[in-house]
Amino acid sequence: METTNIIWLLPLPPLLAFFIIILFTNKSNKLSHIVGVSAAALSWAGAMTVFFRSLSVEHFGEHPFVDSIKWLPLGEEWLEIGVRIDPLSAATLFFVGITVFMIFLYSVGYHNFGQPKGDHDKKGLPPHGATVEENGHKHVVPSVEPMYARFFAFIGLFAAGMYTLVISDNLLTLFVGWEIMGLCSYLLIGFWFAKKSARNAGIKAFITTRIGDVFMLLGLAFLYTATGSLSYDVIFSHDVLHHLAETPAFWGLSAAGAIGLLLFIGAVGKSAQWPLHIWLPDAMEGPTPVSAMIHAATMVSAGVYMTIRIFPLFSAGWDGHALTPTMSIIAFIGAFTALFAATIAIAQNDVKGVLAYSTISQLGFMMAAIGIGAYVAAAFHLVTHAFFKALLFLGSGSVIHGMEHGVLHTGDHSVDPQDMRNMGGLAKKMPLTFWTFLIGGFALSGFPLVTAGFWSKDEIFADAFAHGHMTVFVVLAIAAFLTAFYTMRQITMTFLGEARTPEAEHAHETGWTMTTPLVVLSVFALGFGWVGIPESFPILGNFSSNWFHGFVGHTVHLPEAAMHIEFSWVPLITSLAVALGGLALGYWTYTKPNASANDPLRKLLRPIYHILENKYYFDEAYDFLFVKPATWISEVFVAKMDQGVIDGILHAFGTVSFAIGKFIREKFDTPVINEFIGDGSAEVVQIFGRKLRKVQTGRIQEYMLSALGVLFIIFIALYYLVLA
Amino acid sequence: MTTMQVLFLIFAAIILGSAFMVVTTKKMIHAAFWLIVVLFAIAALYAMLNAGFMAMVQIVVYVGAIAILFIFAVMLTRKELLDRGPALNANKSIAALLSLLSFGGLYMLLRNWSGFSNMAPALPEGDMVAKLGEALVTPDAYLLPFEIASVLLLAALIGAVYVANEARSE
Amino acid sequence: MNSIPISWYLILSAGLFSIGLFGVLARKNAVAILLGIELMLNAVNINLVTFWRYNNPAEVTGQVFAIIVFAVAAAEVAVGLALIISIYRNRNTVMAEDIDLMKW
Repeated sequence: METTNIIWLLPLPPLLAFFIIILFTNKSNKLSHIVGVSAAALSWAGAMTVFFRSLSVEHFGEHPFVDSIKWLPLGEEWLEIGVRIDPLSAATLFFVGITVFMIFLYSVGYHNFGQPKGDHDKKGLPPHGATVEENGHKHVVPSVEPMYARFFAFIGLFAAGMYTLVISDNLLTLFVGWEIMGLCSYLLIGFWFAKKSARNAGIKAFITTRIGDVFMLLGLAFLYTATGSLSYDVIFSHDVLHHLAETPAFWGLSAAGAIGLLLFIGAVGKSAQWPLHIWLPDAMEGPTPVSAMIHAATMVSAGVYMTIRIFPLFSAGWDGHALTPTMSIIAFIGAFTALFAATIAIAQNDVKGVLAYSTISQLGFMMAAIGIGAYVAAAFHLVTHAFFKALLFLGSGSVIHGMEHGVLHTGDHSVDPQDMRNMGGLAKKMPLTFWTFLIGGFALSGFPLVTAGFWSKDEIFADAFAHGHMTVFVVLAIAAFLTAFYTMRQITMTFLGEARTPEAEHAHETGWTMTTPLVVLSVFALGFGWVGIPESFPILGNFSSNWFHGFVGHTVHLPEAAMHIEFSWVPLITSLAVALGGLALGYWTYTKPNASANDPLRKLLRPIYHILENKYYFDEAYDFLFVKPATWISEVFVAKMDQGVIDGILHAFGTVSFAIGKFIREKFDTPVINEFIGDGSAEVVQIFGRKLRKVQTGRIQEYMLSALGVLFIIFIALYYLVLA
Repeated sequence: MTTMQVLFLIFAAIILGSAFMVVTTKKMIHAAFWLIVVLFAIAALYAMLNAGFMAMVQIVVYVGAIAILFIFAVMLTRKELLDRGPALNANKSIAALLSLLSFGGLYMLLRNWSGFSNMAPALPEGDMVAKLGEALVTPDAYLLPFEIASVLLLAALIGAVYVANEARSE
Repeated sequence: MNSIPISWYLILSAGLFSIGLFGVLARKNAVAILLGIELMLNAVNINLVTFWRYNNPAEVTGQVFAIIVFAVAAAEVAVGLALIISIYRNRNTVMAEDIDLMKW
C-alpha cells in the first residue's frame, strides 16, 4: 500500500474502536478490549511500516512523505489539509505506536478483566473487590472495573487524537488532535466520576490546558493573518520565515518570535510547564494507564512535539550565538520548571505523585533544550522519556495493584495502596515489576552508558555547555541530581528493605497482560539510547554514526554555529557525577531503617520541606487569585444579574403583555365583540324571528290574504312600470 | 233599453245580491240556499247567451248535485253554537279591501281591452247541442279531455270516499 | 238578442268573482269558504261562455271548456267537503281559524 495512504489511515483504527465500543460492544468487556487492543496494534503496525519505509529514503528530511487534499474553498484558493511524515514525526510515530499499544494491552490486566464483579461496585467508583468462596474459605479478590468498555473507548479516542496530531501537515489539524486529547484527558482523569476529587481534577486539567490553548489560538490566528496559511511547507519556507522575522510585533519581538511565543504558551499548558503545571499532579486521579498515556506517551509529548515543530518560527533570525528573545523565554521556563518540579518531587509520598513531578521536570529539560537551540537533543530526550516514563508509570500501576491485593486481603481500607510509606520489600514479592522499574528509574536518572536516558540527557548537557549557556547547564545539572535522588528514594522506599505494612506483605506479581508491556518497554528504555551516541564520544562514538542526529537533524536546518558541538569532558563528567551521585545518595539515605517512615529530609530542610510538600502552595495561590474571583463572578454577580435583570425584563414583558391582554379583553373583546356584535346580532335575529313568526298563524285565509296582497302590489308595480 | 237588457239587469241583480247573501249570512243552511238561487240565475243567464245545454247542465250538475252536497255537508257539520256567532272573521276589512281592489283591477284591465264594447255576433246555423255532443266524443276533437275529466271525477270520488270514511280500523 | 255589450257580462263576472274572493277570505266556516270558491268558479264559467258567444260562436270550444270546468268544480267540491267532514270528525270544528296546527 502507498505510504501516504497508510499515513492517512493511522488514526482510523482507534477512532473506529471508539465508535464501535460506544455503539455496539459496550456491554461486553471482552469484545471491547479485543476491539481496542487490535485497533492499537493495527495503528502500531501501520506506524512501524511508515517508520521503516522512511528509513530507506535518502535525505528523508528533504523528501518527507506528504499528501494533501483540498478541503475548504476560500475564494480563489483552497484551504488544504494533509499528512506529512518527516524525520521528526517518523521518530514520534515510532514511540507513540509502541507505547500506545503497550498501554492498551496493560489496561486489560489493570482493570482486572476476567475477575468477578465487585460486591458494592458502582459505575463511577474504582472497583473495591469481590468476595469469593473457595473451599469454604471466603476471601476478597480484586473485582473487574464496572466501566471497562468505556475506558477502552476513551483511550481509543485519545490515541486517534495523538495520531492525528502527529501525521498532520498543518497547524490546524494539529490543533484538532490537540483538542481531542484535551477532551479525552478530561474524560479519563475524571473517569471515576463519582469521586469528587476526580471530577475536580478533570476540570482542572481541562481548564488549565484551555488557558494555554487560548494563547495558542491567538498564535494561530496571528500566523494565519501574517502568512495566509497554516501548512508547514508554507510557514516554514525560507521566504515566509524571513518575512516574519523582519516584521516587528509587540514587546520588541518580531512577528515570528511573537507567534512562536504564543504557540509556546499552548505547549506550556499541554506539557505542564510552570506556571500551568498544576493540573498534572492532580491528573493522577485517573487510572494508571491513563497517567502513563497522558504523561508519557501522548499528551505531554504533544506539547514538546509541537514546540519542536515550530522551532523554525522562534529561531528565525537566530545566527547560532545569541538566542532570540523567545528562545530565551523558552529556555528559562524549561530550566526553571525542571528544577522547580524536581524540588517538589523529593517531598512527595504518593508513588504516582513522584512520577508526575518527574514528568514535569523532564519536560522542562526538553523545553530548555529547545530553547537553547538543541532541538535534536530535545527530540531524542522526548523519545527516550516516553519509553522510560511509560515504563515507570505502568510499573507503578503494577505496584499499586499488588498493594491493593494486600489491602483486600487484610480488609483494612484505611491503608492507601499508593502511599510509598506503606510499601517496602516489594522486590521480593514482585520481581519482574522490580527489575523493569529499576531499569526505568535508572534510565530516568541517566545511569551511564547502558540506559537510554543517559545518552539523551548527556546530549542536552553537551549542547548547553558547548554553546555557553551556563545558567541553563547548571540549573539542569542540579535538577538531574535531584532526579536521580528522588528516583532512588522512590525505588528504595517501594521495593527495597522490609515490608512496612501487612498489605505490602501480601502483595504479589501481576498477570502477563501487565508485565509484558513492562518488559517490552524496558527493552527500549535500555536500547534506544544507542542510536543517538554522538560521534565525538570517546571510544563508543567510533562505532555509531549518531543515527538519530543524522535522521532527525535534517528536519530543520540550523545555522552553522549551532550545528557544531565540540566535545568536552565537562558535561560528560557532570552528568556522570549527578546521576551516580544522586542515585547513591538516595539509596544511602533511605535504606536506613525508619528512613521511609520518618523522612530524614524533613528534619534537614525543616521549614522548606513543608513548602515542598505542599508544592510551593501554588494551588492555593491560584485558587485565591483566579478560582475564587471567577466563582464569585459567576455565582454572585452574574447570577444576580441573570435573575435580577434578565428575569426581571422577562417578568416585566410577561406582566405587561398580560395587562394589555386583560385590558383588551375587558374593554373591547368582551363588550364589543362578544356582546355587541356576537350576542347582539343573535339578539337582533331573535327579535326579528320572534316578531316575524307571528305571520305563521296556521290559518289559510290569512296566508291567502298575504299572498293576494303581495300579488296586487306586484301587479300594480308591473302595470305602471310596463305601461308607463 | 231592450227587453234583453232589462232581463239581464234583473238576473244580474239577483246573482250579485244572492252572492252577497251567500257570503254574509250567519246560518250556513241559508248560505247554501242562497247559493242555489245564484246557480239558478246563472242558468238563466246561460239561456240568454244561447247556451241552452250549459243552462241545463248547470241546473242538473250544480244545483242538483253540488248544492245538495253542500246541504249534506252543512248537515253533517252542525254544532250548537255554530250558527249564532259572527259569520265573518277578523280579517274582513282587509278582505273587503282586497276584493274591491281585485274588482277594480279587473275592471281597469278589461276596460283597456279594445273589444270591450262589442256586440254579440250572429249565431251560426245548425244544432248547437248536436255539434257539442259530437265534439265531445270525436277523437279528433275533445274526446280525450272529456275522458280525462271522467277519470278525474273517478279519482275525486274515490278520494272523497276514502277521506270521509268513518270507520278507520286503526 | 244583440243589444247587450260584452262589457256587461264581463263586469258581472268580475263582480261575482270579487264577491267569491271576499267569501273565501273573510268567512269563518270552512264550508262557507267552499261556497265562495264555487262562486268564483261560476264567475269563470260565465266569462267562458260569454267569450264563446261573443267572439267565436261557430266553434264549440268555449262550451267544452266550460263543461270541463264543471267537472273539475264538482270533483273539487266533493273532495273538499269530504276533507271538511273528516276534519270535523277529528277536531270537532269547522272553523277555519281553529285549524291552525301549522302555526308558529
